[in-house]
Amino acid sequence: MAKVFIYPTNSLILYDLVERFGHEPLAMMGRVHEKITTPGIDSPPININPEDPKYGLKYAAVEVPSGVRGRLAMAGPLIEKAEAAIIVNDSAISFGCMGCARTNEMVKYMARQKDIPILELEYPNTEEEGKEFVYKIADFLKSLPGAKENNREGENE
Amino acid sequence: MSRDEDVEDKVTIALIACGPEYSGVQSEIESAVESLNAKLVYPEMDVSELDTIGRDFGLEVASADLKLLMARAKAIVEGRAKVDAVFVASCFRCAEGALVRNEVRRYIHQNTSIPVISYSFTERTTASTLLTRLEALTTVARRRHLLAREKQKGLTAGIDSGSTTTKAVVMRDNQVIGHGWVPTIKVIESAEEAYKKALDEAGVNREDIQAIGTTGYGRFLVGKKYDAQLSQEEITVNSKGAVYLANKQKGSATVIDIGGMDNKAITVEDGIPGMFSMGGVCAGASGRFLEMTAKRLGVDITELGSLAVKGIENNIEMNSYCIVFGIQSLVNSLAKGASPEDVAAAACYSVIEQIFEQQLQEVDIREPVILVGGSSLIDGIPRTLEKFLKVEVIVPPDSQYIGAVGASMLSSGYIKEE
Repeated sequence: MAKVFIYPTNSLILYDLVERFGHEPLAMMGRVHEKITTPGIDSPPININPEDPKYGLKYAAVEVPSGVRGRLAMAGPLIEKAEAAIIVNDSAISFGCMGCARTNEMVKYMARQKDIPILELEYPNTEEEGKEFVYKIADFLKSLPGAKENNREGENE
Repeated sequence: MSRDEDVEDKVTIALIACGPEYSGVQSEIESAVESLNAKLVYPEMDVSELDTIGRDFGLEVASADLKLLMARAKAIVEGRAKVDAVFVASCFRCAEGALVRNEVRRYIHQNTSIPVISYSFTERTTASTLLTRLEALTTVARRRHLLAREKQKGLTAGIDSGSTTTKAVVMRDNQVIGHGWVPTIKVIESAEEAYKKALDEAGVNREDIQAIGTTGYGRFLVGKKYDAQLSQEEITVNSKGAVYLANKQKGSATVIDIGGMDNKAITVEDGIPGMFSMGGVCAGASGRFLEMTAKRLGVDITELGSLAVKGIENNIEMNSYCIVFGIQSLVNSLAKGASPEDVAAAACYSVIEQIFEQQLQEVDIREPVILVGGSSLIDGIPRTLEKFLKVEVIVPPDSQYIGAVGASMLSSGYIKEE
């Protein structure tokens, strides 16, 4: 089983695919769950408090806006743990989104800087491209150590 | 905040923002709004609008949350979302966010009569920082009838408990008949001293005062002490006071208030604030910088202006707006033989240039421009401002008492008819 970072970081489709092949998806949903279930300062809606953008200084300098640093504080630890990554470029907002273009650029950069297997894809616009998109992801996930040989039949397309 | 605030309906404020939840300040915004008997709402729109909003709005940006911000603004302008006020916010230092924030604020202001303010936050932004701005926003939304008042009636008093000085006036039948101006040391004691001076000059007893209004940083404390009918933030009060004293109550105007520690720039329409920005970015853009310059020159603050109008600012090299390093530049110039007149001119220029660059860009300047606050009395300040804005700057009589006059005038609306 490999820890696979996904981008967009909250893509439910990528999350599902990674899980089906027996790997651990590293996604924003997990981080938000962690934030809202860990006792600490109550700071709704996602319990990011003013300390998080300061933690984000680990990834970006103080002149970088607080919203970028707060987002990086969420995504950065995921990238640090990643053993592989799938990056989908130019996706539709409904596919997954971090809201901030500068954060997106930095998150992708940080993933690319790691010496790990990375699959980069363009977001599909036709049915054919969609199928090809899933096949490529499936092949990539199968190539990672600890992949499930037989995922649930017919559910990977 | 008036005595009857708690029985009023909640004001609905649309929060259209990028990044507050990731900056850890969402709960601070909510807390400030909650304390003002208001509630935040998030205008709904169809998610498909996000694909076309760049073209529809005309500003094509990369960040999805900014697209959402623009789509929500469009829903407000088109009447699909019913709100009383709008708060537009994005991260400080984000260029894309600043462009969208300013254009969205302008778009709402030009296409609706809904009051709107914008703000750029950091992770250090707290509810108390936001309170005055949001209080002004809710006041404009909630009590237009109060702000529509154009004349003072009866015998009323206003106390402006500022960060540097406390001002008080007594007014009777639309005339200022007593003034008091003292440095703020202890909030209550200074208010009492200023109020007593105003009462003495007016020759009236405090028992005869029919209504009191308070404003400024110490407004709640002072308001409680005197059982004031009105304790109101300085943005609405000062803009009302400014157009009243300048006799520009009808039509558009811009009020610029350079205070002891922060500044306000407010666009006003028929005496009601529209867009406004409230500074506090740096002491170098406040009256404090001028005070320190006067002290260094060994002159009274009241003499600085007359020196400045005789000087040439370009003769002084200033490398910083900072109150520490800027003053250091002035001191170095004096050591090299610069004239006090040039130094005074450079100080005025530095303050105004910083206000122009960092604050006046956030509002649309509309004539007449009315300059108020203690710094307006320093002659070099309005003259320098005129150079930057290329318009005539009006300094009304009693401009330093602007908050007290506004509070006194507005409080007269609470006088019960006999």
